[in-house]
Amino acid sequence: MFDFSIITRWIDQLLRGVMPDAAATVVECVLIGLALLLGYAVIALALIYVERKVCAWFQCRLGPNRVGPFGLLQSVADMIKMLIKEIIEIKHVDKFLFGLAPYIVIIASVTAFACLPFGRGLQVLDFNVGIFFLIAVSSIGIVGILLAGWASNNKYSLIGAMRSGAQMISYELSIGLSILTMVVLSGTLQVSGIVEGQVDGWYLFKGHLPAVIAFVVYLVAGTAETNRGPFDLPEADSELTAGYHTEYSGMHFGFFYLAEYLNMFIVAGVAATLFLGGWMPLHVPGWAGFNEVMDYIPSIAWFFGKVGVMIFVIMWFKWTFPRLRIDQLLRLEWKYLLPINLLNLLLMVIVVVYKLHF
Amino acid sequence: MLKDKIAARIPTVRVEEGAALPTFVAEPGDYRALARLLRDDAETPFDYLVCLTGVDRGDTLGVVLLLESTGSGQRVFVQTGVAERERPVLPTVSDLWETANLNEREVYDYLGIRFAGHPDMRRLFLRNDWVGYPLRKDYKIDGAVNPVPLESDESPDVTTVYREDGSEETRALFDETDYVVNIGPQHPATHGVLRFRTALEGEIVKKVDVHCGYIHRGIEKMSESLAYPQILALTDRLDYLAAHQHRHALCLCLEEALQLEVPERVKYIRTIMDELNRLSSHLLFWSTLCMDLGALTAFFYGFRDREKVLDILEETTGGRLIQHYNVIGGVSADIHPNFTRRIKEFIRYLPPMLKEYDRVFTGNVIAQERMKGVGVLSREDAISFGVTGPSGRASGWACDVRKRRPYGVYDRVDFDEILFTEGDSFHRYLVRLKEIEESLHILEQLVDNIPPGEFAVKTKPVIKLPEGRFFKSVEGSRGEFGVYIESRGEKTPYRLKFRSTSFPLVSVVPHLARGSKIADLIAIGGTLDYIVPDIDR
Repeated sequence: MFDFSIITRWIDQLLRGVMPDAAATVVECVLIGLALLLGYAVIALALIYVERKVCAWFQCRLGPNRVGPFGLLQSVADMIKMLIKEIIEIKHVDKFLFGLAPYIVIIASVTAFACLPFGRGLQVLDFNVGIFFLIAVSSIGIVGILLAGWASNNKYSLIGAMRSGAQMISYELSIGLSILTMVVLSGTLQVSGIVEGQVDGWYLFKGHLPAVIAFVVYLVAGTAETNRGPFDLPEADSELTAGYHTEYSGMHFGFFYLAEYLNMFIVAGVAATLFLGGWMPLHVPGWAGFNEVMDYIPSIAWFFGKVGVMIFVIMWFKWTFPRLRIDQLLRLEWKYLLPINLLNLLLMVIVVVYKLHF
Repeated sequence: MLKDKIAARIPTVRVEEGAALPTFVAEPGDYRALARLLRDDAETPFDYLVCLTGVDRGDTLGVVLLLESTGSGQRVFVQTGVAERERPVLPTVSDLWETANLNEREVYDYLGIRFAGHPDMRRLFLRNDWVGYPLRKDYKIDGAVNPVPLESDESPDVTTVYREDGSEETRALFDETDYVVNIGPQHPATHGVLRFRTALEGEIVKKVDVHCGYIHRGIEKMSESLAYPQILALTDRLDYLAAHQHRHALCLCLEEALQLEVPERVKYIRTIMDELNRLSSHLLFWSTLCMDLGALTAFFYGFRDREKVLDILEETTGGRLIQHYNVIGGVSADIHPNFTRRIKEFIRYLPPMLKEYDRVFTGNVIAQERMKGVGVLSREDAISFGVTGPSGRASGWACDVRKRRPYGVYDRVDFDEILFTEGDSFHRYLVRLKEIEESLHILEQLVDNIPPGEFAVKTKPVIKLPEGRFFKSVEGSRGEFGVYIESRGEKTPYRLKFRSTSFPLVSVVPHLARGSKIADLIAIGGTLDYIVPDIDR
């Protein structure tokens, strides 16, 4: 299987050959930043297109089909429109916080994005507490949402932001605990270590019952964490028009929009990494031939394939279910998911201690 | 006998025997006593205020109540009036029938009658800076007095309460500390330009103040200067999802007044059209409710199927939303040759779709959680607020006009009146889904049996109604739609009032939403299914 670190090491050596080490590091940082942002934007555009097509199919419609073949350029056109749109200045808002909020959201989202293992050797941030770092930075986004709601001087926005705060803080617990359950199984917090640990089978299969429970809980909590239906209360359009980003326009709105889609990608990416082996091909212990054939599929394709499936499931949720009410939402977390999660963690510890996993 | 009882208790009350219903005429001083007597009558308690109409009779300004005893179905008119025109005061009946609350505000708005004891005497439809009272006969339409305003209308935070002794009191609508949010006039869940000023405590709704009038067109005022066939065109614009039924009501009222017998064929066609209209309305209800509750895909399913009904309607009437099909004495054109075939196709097409609706939404645990036990309306409150139609039947009030006062050919078809006793949002939803099936059942019985014959009878070129008062109601898509006409024998009505179906529905929202969540307010509004142009008229 191709290892992308060959390319990165080659670039590194090339740069160090023509300039001092310090300068090479700076250039590499800039290159990585550009690559990340480019990847971020391209994935967001692709996701927006996919969401529109998928939702159209669910709803007996065609979806975008005018700009480019099969409407493929629609979201590019939308992006250009968004970029050249005026950012409307609203009276009586807290200008500094109002302007700051979308950047906090996008920064949190990009940093979390950088932690994902896209393929063998294709990971920007990989250190010993990687998955912990990912949870930590992705939680910063909530600050941006609260600021947006608070600074907008709009009652709808404020209600939306408060809902969002209550919701994200609650569901953070479930996400954290279900990730912790899988960390117990893998024995490491390092993202690459978690992926390597699944070389002889994905954790979803290896951890059997507790892993499956953790997977379901993670999927529910992850959907809630990204503010998507049926948990889209913070921006419930039939109640709060657009919630916390009601007053935003132009690219400021665009940042919220991008971050929403990328957060979905990140949630799906983490699910793929923790439960479905990340970029690791499907390996069955003992089937050497089968494993070898699987290895011919590039690791990046494995990763995006798994993420794609997860994203489709999350979209399926959104376009099928009605929206929950705030008290039902919190009840689901505190009365059901959290106790289940705690018990499940205990169960996983027992499984690991007595080596009941595969 | 009722008349004897009243004569014994309040001797000043006069009784006028009208063409169909008796009218009790009371002096302003006895009006409240008479109203109370009728409402609390032991044998036939008149617990349902069908229609409250303000009339300027020239010498007096007054109101006409149409009361019904829901037990026996007996109906009477009650009339009163004051000669004073500068500051006319009448006692309120809003504590006897809840529906009188908004209706008296409407009368105050149109005629300037102050109702003593009414808790909230503000204008309802017109702007607060409107000069004069448009339904008074001496009102002059003048652009200099009421120019087209370029400034938005400030909504005051206080209201006035008038007392019998002529004193006034100003009351605040909200507490100082209330977090008041405008839901509407531009809001996706109000289904039109309706505005709820909502006082919130966190997510919990403390109080809702309904603001109407954003789409007020003065249809009742316009009607006073239009000939009867011209007025027909306005009925379709009230509740656009019950266009055909509303027009049917006016046609029935006029035909009854003119003692015009319409051919059998017309009755069949009108009944079929009414049911098709009901189908389209209920399908739209289902779609929009799902959308309000966040199930966006379901919305498209409902609209996909509603499209088929609209196609059938379009082929015969030429209109999809606004039909203009009923005319006095019949219908404007014969049915299209494809009409029966397409209805039969539709009757086969829809039931599997209804099963799909159940799978997508009715059975969904989130949908059930969102609607069950939300906005519970008791039977007594439903009657007191005048909440008819599917919403009233979900509370256990058998108020279907098709059953109780059959018109068209409803007395000849077999269908069930869907009744539940729970009165919550979920059952308001279920009633409509079941009514879709009943409508299909009615269509099934009629579509093959349309008798041959004329599709209209000849009427005089100038239609003049005989003197008197007439009321006729039909079962609209969301309740009893009535037409009240006071005629002085001319070609235009002296006073014409539409008993709106959505007006009581919106008046009950503050009652149902108090203490629930914001999301519940949306669910309540969605399941009541009001149509804003019908409220504002």
